[in-house]
Amino acid sequence: MNKNLLEEIAITTNPHLEDVRPGDQIRISYRIVEGDRERLQPFEGIVIKRRNGKDGSITVRRIASGVGVERTIPLQSNRVEKVELIQRGKVRRSKLYFLRGRTGKSARLKQK
Amino acid sequence: MEIGLLGKKIGMTRIYDLAGDIRSVTAIEFGVNKITQIKSNDIDGYNAVQIGFQTKKAKMVKAEKGHLLKSGIENDFDKLSEFRVNDIDSYNLGQEISINDINTGQYINVSSTSKGRGFAGGVKRWNFRGGPKTHGQSDRHRAPGSIGAGSTPGRVWKGQKMAGHMGNVLVTNLNLLVVKVDLENNIIFVNGSVPGHNNCIVKVTNSRKKPNQKLIDLALAAEEASAAEVQAEEAPEVATEEAPAEEAPEVATEEAPAEEAPAEEAPAEEAPAEKQDESKEI
Repeated sequence: MNKNLLEEIAITTNPHLEDVRPGDQIRISYRIVEGDRERLQPFEGIVIKRRNGKDGSITVRRIASGVGVERTIPLQSNRVEKVELIQRGKVRRSKLYFLRGRTGKSARLKQK
Repeated sequence: MEIGLLGKKIGMTRIYDLAGDIRSVTAIEFGVNKITQIKSNDIDGYNAVQIGFQTKKAKMVKAEKGHLLKSGIENDFDKLSEFRVNDIDSYNLGQEISINDINTGQYINVSSTSKGRGFAGGVKRWNFRGGPKTHGQSDRHRAPGSIGAGSTPGRVWKGQKMAGHMGNVLVTNLNLLVVKVDLENNIIFVNGSVPGHNNCIVKVTNSRKKPNQKLIDLALAAEEASAAEVQAEEAPEVATEEAPAEEAPEVATEEAPAEEAPAEEAPAEEAPAEKQDESKEI
């Protein structure tokens, strides 16, 4: 066995995150451990990028209290309990960094 | 793991453990492990079991083959190694040893020959600081500095750290956590690093450290959950509607976190948690 094969075996994408694409508006339930308590924290926003591969991740952007917040979640993370797809956006590029400079009406995406 | 095992170091990667924390791990692959000789107190003066390890290709010289023929074993092995045991009665020649009794959450010791560094200077071998890089220095950048006082004692103390041969010695890493056991591929994932280069043969033995109860509980919960899923998958074949299939996995996923809860202590936050702080403040 070589190392590439090893990574195929070791890396397991969270099934909830398999079909998440850039432009999707999603709501993620993320398990947070506080001392000996656990709770689910929802985070809703638009997926602005997806990196595939062994260290893959998605980045979800939202505007919270007037400030842009981006949350990066590894594809392998098993703390994602649920992903709801709210709306699929129609986008022509894989990284939606142009949304960072925009707010309000201009930050909308065309719907699919 | 009653005796111990021989395996092959494949390399390092990083995986998420059952608690959701990321861990850098070393993968160790186990091929065929067979008992090739049993040493008894009466004959050899101590009790031990010799284990042969074989990957795909192995070729032995005739002398070694002759040794194995005494035990009636015809395999060729890559390596033979002895493990001390207290009681030899429960072992048979030719008996195969598997990774089935290595559990997620237990601790193991791993020994192997470390990477050879050749003749290494003091900076690499003993973490000397070296000399200043500037202020008129020449040829002093990695020099060892003083090696002792003057006419008293008039010699260099024994054991003075100096340049010399480094690596290529037997090193044992104690108390390494087993993060994941992959029975299908015969691989275990061990937290942290393991001595030796990739593809080297390592010796795995039990550690005395108490197992990590949290991970063991999580592993049990995960097993139950997957068992429940299997049941749920089988169920709809009998039933005509899809409804039971949808219900069952939900129950399974809800069960798992509930069982985890009492065992949780305070696992380190993983990377994305940093972002969470920001969102809280807002």
